[in-house]
Amino acid sequence: MSNLEDLYKEIILDHYRTPRNRGELPSPPAVKTEGFNPLCGDNITVFLDVDGDVIRDIKLTGSGCSISQSSSSLMSAAVKGKSVEQARETIAKFKDMMMGHEASLESKTEPSPSELRSLGELAALQGVVKFPVRIKCAVLAWNTLAQALDEAAS
Amino acid sequence: MSNFQAKLVRGDFPLLNRQVHGRTITYLDTGATSLQPVSVIDAMSQYYRLRHANVHRSVFQTAGEATAAYEGARAAVARFLNAPGGSEEIVFTKNTTESFNLLAKSWGAKNLQAGDVVLLTEMEHHANIVPWFQLREERGIEVRFIPVTDDFRLDLSSLEELFQGVKLLSLTGMSNVLGTINPVKELTAFAHERGALVALDGAQSVAHTPTDVQDLDVDFVCFSGHKMLGPTGIGVFWTRREILADMPPFLGGGGMIHDVSVDGFIPAKGVTRFEAGTPPIAEAVGLGAAVSYLEGLGMENIVRHEHELTGDALTRLELEFAGRVRVIGPRDTTDRGGVISIDVEGVHPHDVAQMLDQYGVCVRPGHHCAKPLMKRFGLAATARISYGPYSSVDDTDVLLEALASAVKMFG
Repeated sequence: MSNLEDLYKEIILDHYRTPRNRGELPSPPAVKTEGFNPLCGDNITVFLDVDGDVIRDIKLTGSGCSISQSSSSLMSAAVKGKSVEQARETIAKFKDMMMGHEASLESKTEPSPSELRSLGELAALQGVVKFPVRIKCAVLAWNTLAQALDEAAS
Repeated sequence: MSNFQAKLVRGDFPLLNRQVHGRTITYLDTGATSLQPVSVIDAMSQYYRLRHANVHRSVFQTAGEATAAYEGARAAVARFLNAPGGSEEIVFTKNTTESFNLLAKSWGAKNLQAGDVVLLTEMEHHANIVPWFQLREERGIEVRFIPVTDDFRLDLSSLEELFQGVKLLSLTGMSNVLGTINPVKELTAFAHERGALVALDGAQSVAHTPTDVQDLDVDFVCFSGHKMLGPTGIGVFWTRREILADMPPFLGGGGMIHDVSVDGFIPAKGVTRFEAGTPPIAEAVGLGAAVSYLEGLGMENIVRHEHELTGDALTRLELEFAGRVRVIGPRDTTDRGGVISIDVEGVHPHDVAQMLDQYGVCVRPGHHCAKPLMKRFGLAATARISYGPYSSVDDTDVLLEALASAVKMFG
């Protein structure tokens, strides 16, 4: 059962049961972007309030499995109040971590302890990498946020 | 009797010996695809080892044997369905989906005009919905749905009204989400009295209940080999000979022609008109072996066995998980097959399936390609348990043990 405990870490279950930053923001001025996984029906809507270079507020709605919903909750906590540039870096780091499975097939190294530390609570999702079919659940929110940042910039 | 039989039957399915995460596999995803008995696997292997050649073409010994094996499978399917016209009514396709596309794009495009109504049900699989929507875009036909009641049955209260203008009723024999078995024979009589034809989606029902097309009196049947103990890559389209004779070809190419010149082509007569290109020969041989295997078990025995398993599972789910697990489908076994969709409070179906996998239990999470039905009940997904002839009460034991741990973990 050790594998499953890698996936369902307590912090993940906590964010699933008590998601952070749930709700909506008036749009406009906030950017509203929807993400959808047609295969499993998971959906996430990101409301993003960007002021200049800073993510002033972020709210989320949606439904789905514990991985997609906890990932979105963790994401919102990680980027709220951060600069757009920092958010984009976090997105890149997170997606790198999710690619660990493919990277290891190409005999590249997994994220180093310091890299994982820089991800903070998000590192809890690293166990997802061992369950390839669930990676799409974990990255849905992040792809949606990346799209929202693009829309906010344009 | 059925326990004794289940043990014997299980021994015929090699995949059931597989170990997953340190446990013997518990296969409860027959609704998505069934397992194959060793007789099916051997028939396909023997075909490739000894008889492989292209069919209906060459004159050498093995080519004759390959053709005989392919046509033998067609005859087996005709017998299985009690087709009045025998082999001449059995078209091999890729799967149920292709069979429905053949129905809509050949028969439908020729016989349906703008304003004609195709009547479906709210519990159809996308395979029996999307081809009709495509025809609607092309032809301006109307697509209408028989609603589903809160008790997970077809709502037949406004049938007369729903049948206004209907040229075809196309419905599933058994819902792949709810397990509901529909009154196909009664609805067919009703449709015929009003001049409409009836197509049966047998994908979910053919391996779990007898399908006698003369008894049911339906006009079309579509189903897949891989849900009835056969291989993937082969499906069946059945209709009566006189209807088939009037249907234009669907896919063009080799094998489906009578003659081709630089000026054009003349299609072949008979079923080969619908089988363009080299067909799935080994798969047909496997399907023929699957039919023989099912006949050997006896469809009535399969019905009784799965009925007992389903009743036991429904009772124990209610007893052990009352208030926590909701069955999305009929609660008793009347007109109900061995497909049980569940909604576990506080645990998403994907997480349920992931937890069960750790116990080697295979169930399907998702919308099961029946999104209109899921929307009807306000669900994005369910976790679906589905039994087959090789299932046993032991499978239910492991399932319930794993389910208890999922419920515990998510609190």
